[in-house]
Amino acid sequence: MIDNMASRALAPAPASTSTATAIPAGLTREQLLEMYRYLRLTRSLEERLTALYRQGKVIGGLFRSLGQEGESVASAYALERGEHKDFLSPLIRNLGAMLVMGARPVEILRQYMAKATSPSVGRELNVHFGDLVLGFLGQISHLGDMIPVMAGIALSFKMRGEARVALVYIGDGGMSTGTFHEGLSFAAVQRVPLVVIGEYNQWAYSTPPERQFAAQHLADRVQAYGIHAETVDGNDVLGVYATTKAAVARARSGFGVQFVEVKTYRRKGHAEHDNQSYVPSGEIDRWARENDPIDRYVKRIVERGWAPAAALHEIDRAVAAEIEAALVSCIDDPPPDAASALPGVLAHPDAAPLLWYRRL
Amino acid sequence: MAEVTYLEALRQGLREEMEHDERVFILGEDVGLYGGAFKVTEGFLERFGESRVIDTPIAEAAIVGAAAGAAHMGLRPVAEMQFIDFISCAYDMLTNYVATARYRAGLPTPIVVRGPCGGYVRGGPFHSQNVEAAFFHTPGLKIVYPATARDAKGLIKSAVRDDDPVLYLEHKWLYRRIKETLPEQEEVLTPIGAARLAREGKDLSIITYGATVWKSLEAATELATTDGISVEVLDLRTLLPLDDASIMASVRKTNKVLIVHEDTRTGGLAGEITARINEQAFEWLDGPIMRVTAHDVPLPYAPTLEDFVLPQTQDIVKAARWLAKY
Repeated sequence: MIDNMASRALAPAPASTSTATAIPAGLTREQLLEMYRYLRLTRSLEERLTALYRQGKVIGGLFRSLGQEGESVASAYALERGEHKDFLSPLIRNLGAMLVMGARPVEILRQYMAKATSPSVGRELNVHFGDLVLGFLGQISHLGDMIPVMAGIALSFKMRGEARVALVYIGDGGMSTGTFHEGLSFAAVQRVPLVVIGEYNQWAYSTPPERQFAAQHLADRVQAYGIHAETVDGNDVLGVYATTKAAVARARSGFGVQFVEVKTYRRKGHAEHDNQSYVPSGEIDRWARENDPIDRYVKRIVERGWAPAAALHEIDRAVAAEIEAALVSCIDDPPPDAASALPGVLAHPDAAPLLWYRRL
Repeated sequence: MAEVTYLEALRQGLREEMEHDERVFILGEDVGLYGGAFKVTEGFLERFGESRVIDTPIAEAAIVGAAAGAAHMGLRPVAEMQFIDFISCAYDMLTNYVATARYRAGLPTPIVVRGPCGGYVRGGPFHSQNVEAAFFHTPGLKIVYPATARDAKGLIKSAVRDDDPVLYLEHKWLYRRIKETLPEQEEVLTPIGAARLAREGKDLSIITYGATVWKSLEAATELATTDGISVEVLDLRTLLPLDDASIMASVRKTNKVLIVHEDTRTGGLAGEITARINEQAFEWLDGPIMRVTAHDVPLPYAPTLEDFVLPQTQDIVKAARWLAKY
């Protein structure tokens, strides 16, 4: 099934013999394929997690980014990546961005199964984890809070004269929070190198944008802070990449906070339990059929002759094998030892005391 | 050796930490150009420059959140709340983000959040609060509350050097009222987590912190003179974590406990201290653990009202006398 994904996206197949045009945004063929790999890895990993969820192997909820993988991967791909380079803070639907920054599928699987071997050693859910060296910071559930925190990280870059950029995601719902506005205002005044990706995905749990804010675009709201803001088609991978790349460059050059609004669509519920009864009939199917970011990306790559469909099939196969290998390597990992719940609240003292009735 | 006020001692401590560690920086409202609403950071902008003394928008959540982010990257931010009353605007950031950071994600978050608190100054409901109880309940934070000039200096220095997030509560009634001669050659450091015996006694222990340390000392002097009652006064200095050992040592010595705090009664720290004594030193008690606290109302403005609501020296005298006779 996975083998057919790339070709299904092409149906009905257009003429694949059209003359090759130059790859945009300064990307190489290898980079196009690498981005495709991250897109496919994101979707396939989430599909595998859905199966695990249905088998009862996922502890707690499962959050999908179906339909948003394009903007998530492309925006992160616009950063300088590696140890102690640019820095990013994802939201629940930015698995793709985390994978781009270096999170490994096995870490995601361990997180969702609350394994002792998971990055948060079983203390936090799903994609709530980070890596200070590779440059991504786990979110907390309180939307908007990561904006001030990432403003502080960007401030540290500015104070030390480091040519690093911080990038943070916020949704059309999260932009209603006070912390978002406080953090953005502070970051704008300080002109820190921060890029904010505003994900207009049409649903905040069950709430549509018109009940969230009275403006038309997220960018309109942000411009009032004196921040350069643009709106792009969030399901156009190359468009998101090019726009974010330019925003990152401006931030790195001292032009302060940059905002990129990506118009996209959340095709699954808030979490896997959500039956999406509030969504108008046919809307999800229409987005899936006409505006899937991966389908559009594949179509463009193959039609323009930037890479053959076979190369994409090969990536699909490799991704499927990678996910299965990761799962096999961790599915039998143990849960955290119960008493490991006590250490690490503070640096000193290093553990909370065991309560007296547990000693009886 | 010059006498310094509580406020000057705090300023000295902050300044010394900024001098000796370039990772330390200050952010808050009006802390730079103006030098802070109470002038705690006066002269800092000129000395350290605007990259280390940052005037922020009126945005407490952003101040604390940005401090946390910078701390993750190895800096040592000191965030000022102009009045500690406004820390409630950063409650989410402190309790959900900062306090959980190490536990959930192993993130170092060595920040200090400091600000003037407390009443007796006619500040009304929003410039007089004591906020320790709101944060005392949150694992992952430390809370210090100096009562003396020496500890104002010693605790700010220890707080800046601490690897955990520390709330540093400074009492504005003490700012210019308390003076002390501090050593100029040796470094003044007060360990976090250690109470201070402010006065030795044998008949009754007053466990307190902040401004009421001084009111308790006044009461102890009066009781010694008028009643011949020997009162011990324990200044907690650190509220989180509590120094159980010092509390229990005093209980075992005097067998009677009066807990005094300026904060309101219900859900105040006295309840937790009482519970701990009950659990750890029940058989040493010769009477009920009693409390002298503010009444459970928002703090009113008019002097007649504020004086009535807050615990006064004579309240402590009367309560201690009652308990001594028990």
